Amino acid sequence: MQFVQNFPFITIILSLFSGPLCSILGGKKAKRINQAVICIVMVMSCAVLAFVMQSGTSYVYMMGHFPAPWGNEIRVGVLEAFMAVFFCIIMLLCMMGGVYEREQKLEDTKQNLYYVLVNLLLSSLLALIYTNDLFTAYVFVEINTISACGLIMIKQNGRTLEAATRYMIMSLLGSGLLLLGICFIYDLTGHLLMSNIQEQVRILAQTGMYHMPLLVSVGLICVGLAIKSALFPFHSWLPDAYGYSTVSSAAILSSLVSKGYVFLLVKIFFRVIGFDIVCDSKIMNILFVFGIAGMIMGSVSAIQENNIRRMIAYSSVAQIGYIYMGFGLGNTAGVIASLYHILSHAATKALLFVAASGITDASDNHTDFFKLTGAGYRNKLAGIAFTAGSLSMIGIPMFCGFISKLLFAQAGMDNTYKMLPTLIALAISTILNAVYFMKTVIRIYTPVSRKEIQKNGYQNISIKEQPVKSVALILFIILNLILGLCSEPIVAALQSGLGMFA
Amino acid sequence: MNVANLFNNYGEAAAMILFGIGFSNLLLQKNLIKKIIGLNIMDTAMYLFLALKGYVEGRKAPIVTNGVQTMEAYINPIPSGLVLTGIVVSVSVTALMLALTIRLYRRYHTLNLDEISTRLKKEGL
Repeated sequence: MQFVQNFPFITIILSLFSGPLCSILGGKKAKRINQAVICIVMVMSCAVLAFVMQSGTSYVYMMGHFPAPWGNEIRVGVLEAFMAVFFCIIMLLCMMGGVYEREQKLEDTKQNLYYVLVNLLLSSLLALIYTNDLFTAYVFVEINTISACGLIMIKQNGRTLEAATRYMIMSLLGSGLLLLGICFIYDLTGHLLMSNIQEQVRILAQTGMYHMPLLVSVGLICVGLAIKSALFPFHSWLPDAYGYSTVSSAAILSSLVSKGYVFLLVKIFFRVIGFDIVCDSKIMNILFVFGIAGMIMGSVSAIQENNIRRMIAYSSVAQIGYIYMGFGLGNTAGVIASLYHILSHAATKALLFVAASGITDASDNHTDFFKLTGAGYRNKLAGIAFTAGSLSMIGIPMFCGFISKLLFAQAGMDNTYKMLPTLIALAISTILNAVYFMKTVIRIYTPVSRKEIQKNGYQNISIKEQPVKSVALILFIILNLILGLCSEPIVAALQSGLGMFA
Repeated sequence: MNVANLFNNYGEAAAMILFGIGFSNLLLQKNLIKKIIGLNIMDTAMYLFLALKGYVEGRKAPIVTNGVQTMEAYINPIPSGLVLTGIVVSVSVTALMLALTIRLYRRYHTLNLDEISTRLKKEGL
C-alpha cells in the first residue's frame, strides 16, 4: 500500500479536527486556518485523483483492524477523488467571495464560529463522498445538516432564524425517512457495507423474495434525500434559507450541500442497490416526473420573484430538477449528464450568488429588483460576472450550462418513451431561464441619471476596492469557461469514474 | 399479504405506527415544542425497530458475563451500536432545535411558526 492511499482518510480527519481548533482561535487566525485546510485538502485530493487515474481502478481503505463484513471502509475511485477536488475548489472560491460581507456583517465574537462550521461541513462532505458504509453516511448527513443550519443562522435576524428553523424541520423529516430506509435495508440484507449489501440485494432480486420491502426501502431513501436536496414539491424552505443568509453561506449551501446528498443518492443507486434493479423498479419514472415539474415550476416562481437573491434561489430548484430528471431517464448517459450538471451548477450558481452580492453592494444593499437599475455600471466586474453566469445558466455555447443541456438531450435520445418529454421540458425551461436572467441583466445595464444615483446614495465599487472578491469572481468565470470548453476530458473522467463506481 | 403476519410482528407494527405519529407531528404541528416532541417520537420509534431486529429470543445483552464467549449466548450487537449512534445524533439535533426555539421565542414571544412568518412579512425585513 502506498502512502498516497491514506490521503482520503487524512483529509476527513484534518478538516474534522480543524473545526474545534478554530473555535478557540480569534477570527483572523481561524480564517487563515480554514483557508489553509481547504488548500491542503485540495492538494491531497489532487494527489489521490492522480493516483487513481494512473492505477485505473478504485481501492478500498480499511478503517480500523476489522476486515470487510464487520469493519468500516472508505472506497476511492476516480469519481470520488474528482468530486473532492471540485468541491474544495468551489468552497475556497465561495469563502473568498464572501470575505468582506462576513467581516462587516457578522459580530466580532462570531467570526471564528463561521470557520468552525465551514470546516465541519467540508469534513462531512468529504466523508459522504468517500464512505463505503451506509450508517456512516447517515451520521455524516446529519453533521452536514447541522453545520448547514449554523451557516444559515449565523447572521442573526428574524428572517434567518425562521429560515433555519424551517430548514431544520424539513431536513429532519428527510433524514428520518433516510434512516428508516437504511434500517429496512439492514434488516433485509444483514449488512451495512455497501458492496456486501449489493451482493445480498442481487440474490434477493434473482429469487424475487422480499420484493415489496426492498422497493419501499429504496423509495424511502429516494424521498428522504430528495427532501434534503430540495426537489420540487419539497422546496418550501429553500428561498428563505438561500435568500437571507450571508453570501458565502448561500453559495456553499446551493452548490455543495445539496449536491452532497445527490452524490450520496448516486452512490446508493450504483453501489448499494445496483442501477439495473433500481431502473426496473419504476422509481425512476417518479423521479423523472418530479424533476420535470421542478424544472418548470422553479423557473416560474423565479420569474415572479422581485428579490434578486430569492430569484437565484428559485433557479436552484429548477436546476435540482434537471439533475433528478437525468436520473429519471434511467440510463448511464442520463446519470453522467446529471453528474456533469452537478459540476456546472455548482460553478455557475456560486458565481451568481457572489456576483449578485457585488451588485447589491453597489445599490446600497437593496436586493429589490427595481433598485438594481444600472448597477452593472457601478460595479463593472460584478456586472460582467453576473452576465456570464446568466449566459451559462441559459445554456449559451462556450459556457458549461450548454454542455450539460447537450448531455441531457443526448441522454434523452436513448430512451424511447421519455425522449419527447425531456426535449420539450429542456426547451421550455431554457426559455423560462432566459426570461428571468435576461430580465435581470437588462435591468442592471439600464442607465440611470446621475441625479438619481446621488439621491439614492449609490456608490461605485471598483475592482481594486475588493481585490479578493474580484479574484474569486474572475476565477469563477474561468472555471465556467474551462468546464464549457474542455468538457470532453471531464466527461471521460466522469464516465470512467462511474464505471469503477459499482 | 397476510394479516396474521401483522400480529406476529406486532413490535415492528407498533414501531411503524409510532414513526408515523412522530413524522406527522413534526410536519403538521404549528407549535415548535410539539414539533420537537414529534421528532423525538420519530427517532425513538426507529430505536424500537432496530432493537427488535437485533433481539434473539432467550439471549442476553452482548456484554461478556462469567467468561461465556459463545455466540449463542448473546443477541446481535450491531443494532444496539446503531441505536447508540442514533441517540447521539438525535440528542444533538434536539439541542439545536431547542436553541433555535429559544431564540425565536425571545424575539417574537410566541411558539407558533406560522404566526412568526406572518409577523416577519409585516416587518418587511
